[in-house]
Amino acid sequence: MQSFLQQAVFGIQLGSLYALIAIGYTLVYGVLRLINFAHGDVFMVGAFVCYYACTRWLPFRDLSADPAGATTNIALAVVVLIITMAVCALLGVLIERFAYRPLRNGLRIADAHFWGLVAALPVAVRLGPFSHPGVLLAWLVIGVAFGYALRPVVAWIARRSVRATSRLNALITAIGVSFVLEYGGLLVVGADPNFVPTIVPERVYVLPGGVRVGTPQLAILAISLVLMLVLRYIVTYTRRGKAMRAIAHDIEAAKLMGIDTDRVISFTFALGGALAGAGGALVAALTHVKITPLFGLLPGIKAFVAAVLGGPGSIPGAVLGGLLMGLAEAFVAGSKASAFRDAIAFCILIVLLLVRPSGLLGRHVAEKV
Amino acid sequence: MVRVRNAVVALGVIAVFAAFAGGCKKDQPAGANDTGDIVIGEYASLTGTTATFGNSTHRGVQMAIDDANAAGGVNGRKLRLVVEDDQSKPDIARTVVTKLITQDKAVAILGEVASTRSMAAAPVCQQYKVPMISPASTNPAVTDAGDYILRVCFTDDFQAAVVGYFAYEQGYRKAAIFKDIKNDYSVAFAANFAKEFTKRGGTIVGEQVFQEGDTDFKAQLTSLSAAKPDAVLIPGYYSEVGTIARQAREVGLKVPLLGGDGWDSPKLVPGAGGPGGALEGCFFSNHYFSKDLKEEATQQFLAAFKKKYDTDPDALAALGYDAGKLLVDALKRAGSTDSAKLRDAIAATKDFPGVTGKITLDEKRNARKAALILQVKGDRFGVFKSYRPEEIGQ
Repeated sequence: MQSFLQQAVFGIQLGSLYALIAIGYTLVYGVLRLINFAHGDVFMVGAFVCYYACTRWLPFRDLSADPAGATTNIALAVVVLIITMAVCALLGVLIERFAYRPLRNGLRIADAHFWGLVAALPVAVRLGPFSHPGVLLAWLVIGVAFGYALRPVVAWIARRSVRATSRLNALITAIGVSFVLEYGGLLVVGADPNFVPTIVPERVYVLPGGVRVGTPQLAILAISLVLMLVLRYIVTYTRRGKAMRAIAHDIEAAKLMGIDTDRVISFTFALGGALAGAGGALVAALTHVKITPLFGLLPGIKAFVAAVLGGPGSIPGAVLGGLLMGLAEAFVAGSKASAFRDAIAFCILIVLLLVRPSGLLGRHVAEKV
Repeated sequence: MVRVRNAVVALGVIAVFAAFAGGCKKDQPAGANDTGDIVIGEYASLTGTTATFGNSTHRGVQMAIDDANAAGGVNGRKLRLVVEDDQSKPDIARTVVTKLITQDKAVAILGEVASTRSMAAAPVCQQYKVPMISPASTNPAVTDAGDYILRVCFTDDFQAAVVGYFAYEQGYRKAAIFKDIKNDYSVAFAANFAKEFTKRGGTIVGEQVFQEGDTDFKAQLTSLSAAKPDAVLIPGYYSEVGTIARQAREVGLKVPLLGGDGWDSPKLVPGAGGPGGALEGCFFSNHYFSKDLKEEATQQFLAAFKKKYDTDPDALAALGYDAGKLLVDALKRAGSTDSAKLRDAIAATKDFPGVTGKITLDEKRNARKAALILQVKGDRFGVFKSYRPEEIGQ
């Protein structure tokens, strides 16, 4: 019983992280019917932003030398969380603006400069470490120059592009963005594992019955809960949230009603990005895993599965799916069959989808022919 | 007019890019292999999940080659080391070794540390009949790829047995195992540890697995903790061990953790929460090299390495140096770069004075050497004990 409860505690902690990422998948799926495969990599970027904020950018105190610095560090940790969420929200918006929007609305000439900047990454990396301001400046200059070179090409493509709403194209683009983030990350920061040092004091409480709950677990649970409540408020009560739901219902009708769909879609990506960023920061700072540019892959896939399990497009479904995934994983990993952890978790998914094809809380909508 | 301007800018940018790309190409003299420089190939994980392994080893190898060149080269010819990065990936290791043999015409290959990558590249060396010396791959199966595959370190049969022997000697009677199911080194290590430990009279009370890339180990660790072991063996690499140790302490598993040479990295302690963190006082086995050893060869190498790189060498740097030295010695003894003669010369190595102990290759082309048990103290690894093969009955 004790170990059952203990595994449940880990499962809920893991599940709340999956839920945070799964919400991003489900939000985007809701408005665009697009599976944003780059979402797991936004989570990875969040972990890196957190790592750099904790080790380079902010004046964290060394707790082993200065235990009194704990209060300062906790205040700074909140700043880290906000920075990470802001950066990842921005990243989500950029991905939408430069990768997905051109598929809907066609290319613009100015897009050339964005791709120029991406193409300039490999060149800039050869000049030196990216933390150097000179290298950063060189990257910008070369990138903009590349952009000018690309302008005729972009103009040529834009003139000839045919606007078709193919979901498959968007999906392939999403996979492409995911690779750009992963391997761009490898170029910029390298593949060495990085570790976030202990920034806030950690304590373990033993509950009656012998179940151990650590402050990191409580923090992960509390922060994700607060973020989910804020999200719920935004989606249910604000104008933007109502617009999001209107688009999810029928994007053409929403356009006719005067909703600026592009702005709302941007906003959706910002929300999803911010949540994934928060997830990344929590994982990096509180579970002490190694951070590498490829580490968004596995959590991303599992969160995606959680979103499908809960019913794509449904926010409570994503939370429920995330918790289920986390619990299933923890229970199997804690049993004798830890090698089959992922296999068993996915078997559960298959069985559930056989019974409820549109997910636990998803509505089954018959396709009109 | 705008079009013309755009075209000019485009050409300019392409020219800049071409200049960058061109500037990065290494100049390679046309592959004359009978006269001119002797080319030695090295593949190492200079980047990737075990980057510190590759970089340490490479420094040692480079130093051995530089030393040989400073002493006038081999048989009147200079040595040229060509290094390729395998990014800590087995498939890339295979590709770069093929390149080193077919394009650079390397007469011998040095590498790798990780057994999985050595085993990926060994069949290539065997196929082209180019001798490959692994400085630090300890999985017994590495040299099974063929008679052209050799190594200068001991194998996990021995290393894991040492840890098993040591664990029993420390008074541990119940041990648990937490291994990386996808890692050849980790799986073989766990099996050999269990064999020795149970032979002495201990019991394995729990076994769980993880995979490189996992973020959460707490569920498995909790179930290990429920078995109340005296010690837990984690035969993984430094990149995972720190995280596992922290999470173990978090779930209340406070017993000593044991490991192998995969722990040996300056990044081990930072990953475990810094000096005095989750790994304080834990033990791992390693090759016979440490700053604390008073032997003359060790101290000379230490001083020379420090002078060259301004940092202290670890065991992998010492093994890389030994692998390079042994190869140079074998080239001299063979008197030619003919691959069969060179292979025979390496395989015949007897009592070669390396900085990681005397090296004699046995009939399976493995080195018989002593092993150390190191203890994590702050951010240093102190020598706790050492075992020779005969001492534990091997």
